[in-house]
Amino acid sequence: MTANDVLLSLPTNAAKRSHRAHQIRLRISKVGVTLFTASMAMIFLLPFLYMVLTSLKDSDQMTALNAPLYPATQEMYTASDGQQYVVYEVPTASGTQELALKDPRRTDSTFIDTKTGQTVEWTGNWRSLTPVWLLSIKWANFDNVLGVLNFPLLLRNTLFVSVLGTIGAVTSAILVAFGFARFHIPGKNGLFMLLIMTIMLPFQVLLIPQYMGFMAIGWTGTLLPLIVPHFFANAYNVFLLRQYFLTLPRELDEAAQIDGASPLRILFSVIVPQAWPAIVAVSLFHFFFSWNDFFAPLVYLSGHNDLFTMTVGLQAFSATYARAGSGTLTQTGALLAMIVPVAIFFAGQRAFMRGVIISGVEK
Amino acid sequence: MVIVDDKQSVNAPPKKGMSLQRRETWWGLAFLSPWLFGLVVFTALPILASLVLSFTNFNLSHPGDTRFVGLDNYARMWSELLNNGNAGASLGVTVRFAIMSVPLMICLALGLALLLNQKLLLGKPVFRTLFFMPVMVPLVASTIVWQGYLNGSTGWLAQILSTFGLPSPDWFNDPAWALPGLVFLGTWGVGNMMLIFLAGLQGIPTELYEAVKIDGGGAWARFRNVTLPMLSPVLFYNILISIIGVSQYFTQAYVLDPGGTGNPGGSTFFFNLNLYKEGWSYNQMGYASALAWLMMAIVVTAALVLFRTSARWVFYAGGDR
Repeated sequence: MTANDVLLSLPTNAAKRSHRAHQIRLRISKVGVTLFTASMAMIFLLPFLYMVLTSLKDSDQMTALNAPLYPATQEMYTASDGQQYVVYEVPTASGTQELALKDPRRTDSTFIDTKTGQTVEWTGNWRSLTPVWLLSIKWANFDNVLGVLNFPLLLRNTLFVSVLGTIGAVTSAILVAFGFARFHIPGKNGLFMLLIMTIMLPFQVLLIPQYMGFMAIGWTGTLLPLIVPHFFANAYNVFLLRQYFLTLPRELDEAAQIDGASPLRILFSVIVPQAWPAIVAVSLFHFFFSWNDFFAPLVYLSGHNDLFTMTVGLQAFSATYARAGSGTLTQTGALLAMIVPVAIFFAGQRAFMRGVIISGVEK
Repeated sequence: MVIVDDKQSVNAPPKKGMSLQRRETWWGLAFLSPWLFGLVVFTALPILASLVLSFTNFNLSHPGDTRFVGLDNYARMWSELLNNGNAGASLGVTVRFAIMSVPLMICLALGLALLLNQKLLLGKPVFRTLFFMPVMVPLVASTIVWQGYLNGSTGWLAQILSTFGLPSPDWFNDPAWALPGLVFLGTWGVGNMMLIFLAGLQGIPTELYEAVKIDGGGAWARFRNVTLPMLSPVLFYNILISIIGVSQYFTQAYVLDPGGTGNPGGSTFFFNLNLYKEGWSYNQMGYASALAWLMMAIVVTAALVLFRTSARWVFYAGGDR
């Protein structure tokens, strides 16, 4: 190898090395950014973990000192006479031992060795000792809440309202969006602006007259006010579907039209099959909306506990069971109330999030 | 109903004299008819009715005594606003909440969107789903979860803080901390805004960033001169939506205190809690309608101010809107 070769090969080696260094730096920053985001997500979702673990705890554990975060009970020791004693971690001359507290005194207490059954005298304040906690999941909370909350009834009412409402909301939005997307109507742009403006209307100004109207026709105390209004096309849904319909090529409907298909036939056999992603998004929107709706069920179902939907049922339950918000059963109830929407969200999340983006950005 | 008649005339065999243009119009109107019907029955008539109601003493428990009372409801509202009565106090809580919550939520949503848009981030779809997921939790349930999580003695936040030797407020039981607690709870709803920001970020052409790079600009210059102006229409939309959201705030406050007094110490006595109480607990629907119109006026004013100032800070890439 001549000196010249070395000189020539130097830059390439350096470039290779710097390239590799760059690769490594890139990988490190990738891991760094991902770890940072993951820890943010963990902090963000920590209350979920709180809910899940608390929903499986015994209520005594909530107020106990030095209790672990996971569901647990204090270890008990059954003495030869059949009495039960709490087991503590006791520091002794021969290391920390698990001893059952038999006779608690302020300065010196009597313990029983859990292994040998022999009595042990210990000097010190027993209140400074930590009890031994054993993992123990209280599934009974779920049985309890399913019964008290009357979960099956709430589920049935909520499904009834949300499924019927979704059918109405989706069908009507498809029809109206088709009208806006494909037909020449005089003053259509004005009507469309009007549609967009209704999105901004605060619900308060509509609520009281609507309530009085439904009362006048005897619909308060029924599920109808939670279902029927949604059969008349919601502005958000129409907007989303119209945007989607506008992106579909017109050639197909024109071909169908030449073949003599009626507009309704074109809508259901040409447009709808192409627009599934948007239709799924709208269905999910309405389903979640009616699952989470609170004000309307609160005022229309007041006093009719047999018609309660999930949210009003859960609120009534929480109001009677845990005012301080430290109860375990309310967390069990909250967990049960969110299982269905969260599960459906995970199943249909792509279509759903796409829908949020269409209705939010393209305005 | 005229509209239903239209539909029938379309379904009837086409008349000879009917032009293609007219037929199309009738079909179009037929398709719009569900919305037009709803617009009249569930929107236009109620708005009119609520305006009329606000000038009456309508009371649900004795509707027979209803008569026009002129501006009495508005006079009562005005005095309650001036001497910090229920209307004034509840409006104050709502405005305080808006001042705390709207800027925080916008910054958090934008920050998360920027983070999730990083080229360096692995597993983007997973994180997007995780940060969005709490939006799906019914508000009643999420309020209960946070009520427990923020509990001053048994809640995890207090326990985490105490392991670092830090004191923790008893959020929802302390008048000074209940509203910040609700702001915290609100962060679970950040997903919607985050997604919209994220879509906006993805729509920014990369050439613009390259141009800044060539000019020697760093990360801040890229954010200040490209991201922010390009994102301003989305920012505008998100501010508008969050103001409307605060104006409708009810469920969380009601779950915290179903008594409707905004415990602790009236610190969570939101505007709509007062409206609900007047309308449904005291049956004073005339006065409640006046309250609804006050909120409507405030929201419309806020929206107008936002639209007016938007010319100065919202940048539309396509030229004029």
